[in-house]
Amino acid sequence: MSRPDRAPRLVVVSFLLSAFGAAGFAASYVLGLGNAALGGCLGAAFAFLALGLARWSNLIDAAEPEYVEERDVGPTAQDQYDAFRRALTEQPVPRSRVLWGALATATAAIGGAALFPLRSLLPSMGTDPDDVLSRTPWRAGAHLVTEEGVPVRATDLEIGGTVTVFPEGLDPREHVDTTTVLVRVEPADLDLPAGRADWVVDGVVAYSKICTHAGCPVGLYTDTSHQLMCPCHHSVFDVTDGARPVEGPAPHPLPQLPLGTDASGYLIARGGFSGPVGPSWGNH
Amino acid sequence: MVSLLPRPRPMRKLDERLGIASVGRDVLAKVFPDHWSFMMGEVALYSFVFLVVSGIYLTFFFEPSAAMVTYHGHYAPLQGQDVSAAYASAVRLSWDVRGGLLVRQAHHWAAHLFIGSIVLHLCRIFLTGSFRRPRELNWTIGVTMLILAIFNAYAGYSLPDDLLSGTGLRIFEAIAQSIPVVGSWLSFLIFDGEFPGHEIIQRLYVLHVLIVPAVLAVLISAHLAILIRQKHTHFAGPGRRHSNVVGSRAWPSYGLRSLALMAAVFAAVLLAGGLLQINPVWAWGDFDPATITAPSVADWYILWIEGALRLFPPVEFHVFGFEVPNQFWPGVVLPMLVFGSLYLWPWLDRRWTGDREPHHLTGRPRESPLRVALASAMLTFLAVLLVAGSEELLVQWTGWTVAAIRDVLRVLVFVLPLLAGLVGWWLAESLRRTDLGHAVELGGRDLVRGLPRHGRRESA
Repeated sequence: MSRPDRAPRLVVVSFLLSAFGAAGFAASYVLGLGNAALGGCLGAAFAFLALGLARWSNLIDAAEPEYVEERDVGPTAQDQYDAFRRALTEQPVPRSRVLWGALATATAAIGGAALFPLRSLLPSMGTDPDDVLSRTPWRAGAHLVTEEGVPVRATDLEIGGTVTVFPEGLDPREHVDTTTVLVRVEPADLDLPAGRADWVVDGVVAYSKICTHAGCPVGLYTDTSHQLMCPCHHSVFDVTDGARPVEGPAPHPLPQLPLGTDASGYLIARGGFSGPVGPSWGNH
Repeated sequence: MVSLLPRPRPMRKLDERLGIASVGRDVLAKVFPDHWSFMMGEVALYSFVFLVVSGIYLTFFFEPSAAMVTYHGHYAPLQGQDVSAAYASAVRLSWDVRGGLLVRQAHHWAAHLFIGSIVLHLCRIFLTGSFRRPRELNWTIGVTMLILAIFNAYAGYSLPDDLLSGTGLRIFEAIAQSIPVVGSWLSFLIFDGEFPGHEIIQRLYVLHVLIVPAVLAVLISAHLAILIRQKHTHFAGPGRRHSNVVGSRAWPSYGLRSLALMAAVFAAVLLAGGLLQINPVWAWGDFDPATITAPSVADWYILWIEGALRLFPPVEFHVFGFEVPNQFWPGVVLPMLVFGSLYLWPWLDRRWTGDREPHHLTGRPRESPLRVALASAMLTFLAVLLVAGSEELLVQWTGWTVAAIRDVLRVLVFVLPLLAGLVGWWLAESLRRTDLGHAVELGGRDLVRGLPRHGRRESA
């Protein structure tokens, strides 16, 4: 840039195009144009601004030398450091242990007291998380209903069919731990753990839908292999064998819900789940 | 009454009151080294600026509440449905607020750029040894900001209460409650009881828009104040010594270039926000604890933890009567190891090299084959975990089963980092030897790329 007072053309043109882009953004807004027009115009405005500034800066660089700055960071000179020490200790501070100890006690007590209101972030007093996590509202006699509240019969499912159910009368969003998946298989294919032979109605088995690994809904069922898979981390459970984990990171089976029917053939629970629902927790 | 005296100019007025001309002169004359790799931190800084400005706009429209409302707006499939206020307002922001979608998408893209540029900045600092004495403090501040940035991005995309973010929160709960001894209490403290509770959106919101950004702003200020006090490192070269900094002055050339970079960052995120769809919450649907999107893939900065959760074998055992859940190892221990080793690195490096001297000349990566090897190994390790986090894509491409791919990845997660480390070491070492050979030919003078442009001027 031999004549620094002459405006570099590319820089000027870039800035003008930038202003044009900004005007385009305003116009797009007023006209109610789509997201692409808004983002394209404002993005172009900034892009041309960047171009102009970068070019301008390069022109200055080309005309200027490199600069050298000395680095003076390092320890302070000894006499200044001594002066600092003196300022710190000139007024004698008592070395009494009792005094400092009392001050430490006061600050620690205030800090500790300030932690108490944190308790208000937890649910009301008397709630033990271990209790809450260990139990679900499933009770003997509870009807199994779909998310829309429709009761279910075993014959509503075809062989290989699944449906997600909840205990009747409870809001599914409030009681996520009740989420249960029903799967119907050929009764002959079942090979359940001992004592669960009568937990089945017409080949329908019920398991918690909350994965025992990280809590995602176990949403994918493969009919041919009788396997439920969690799409989050790909744990696989065998529904014919008490939802035993056969692949992936889940360490525990999905808890099973014992099933029965009422007088009209609608499915009911005959008790709670066979174990705690969902992932393990660290003070279990 | 018009005064005939010339009006004092604003600078003069300011100096009369504050006496800042001398400091101001020092600031304008501050020298910045010219090297492209020094720009990564600035990209992060300007992404943060954009995140704050766009985020403030979003707060005017987003409602952080789990209360159920009926959606009315332009997005027809949701018309008249009962969803949470958070989800309804996020959809309204995207479909009914003019310009809202642009700001929302640009905000999300800026978050990617923020974390990405921090990671690249960290790699530059690591590979060039710029974390060494006297810059250990700024290194630890930087690692802290990386963690906060990842946390805040995660909190941010959990807010809209869509199906994807709800699933992410569920996994977060499982990880929180896996911590031995305190797990369930901690998770109840965060969620106000059993998942999902009613409070989590509001709590994440306060963290996302107030607490974490405020802490980040304080840490950025400290990071920059320390940088200004210590001055930049620079690469060796003619006249570039331990005791000086060579480059452009803050005003005008470097300042203009930095403003150009800011404008370029804004341009990039706005163009992306306008043209590239990201996180279409209306398409995921609102959060329903009983359903899930498949495939469900998290954002990359958190995806490596997802990958580790998938690869970790199904083991679980008891210690002193307490259960150590499976998800504790990949979900808690792994991030602690990764970030813990980053925090400790300046001191581990010192122990390894025995080098306790202050360094202001920054090295080329090849000068430390060990660091090149470690960085290659770590990045490869994380890359394999990212691949594990998106296994379903591999299933689509290869036609293999999930189980087969997982078995392969369980091997690769150890083998590939080892190989990458060896290759990195070999590459750095052979480059270093080539350099030494040249140096002998040239008579032992130090090797320098880039000669002074037009001479040199003292800037002090």
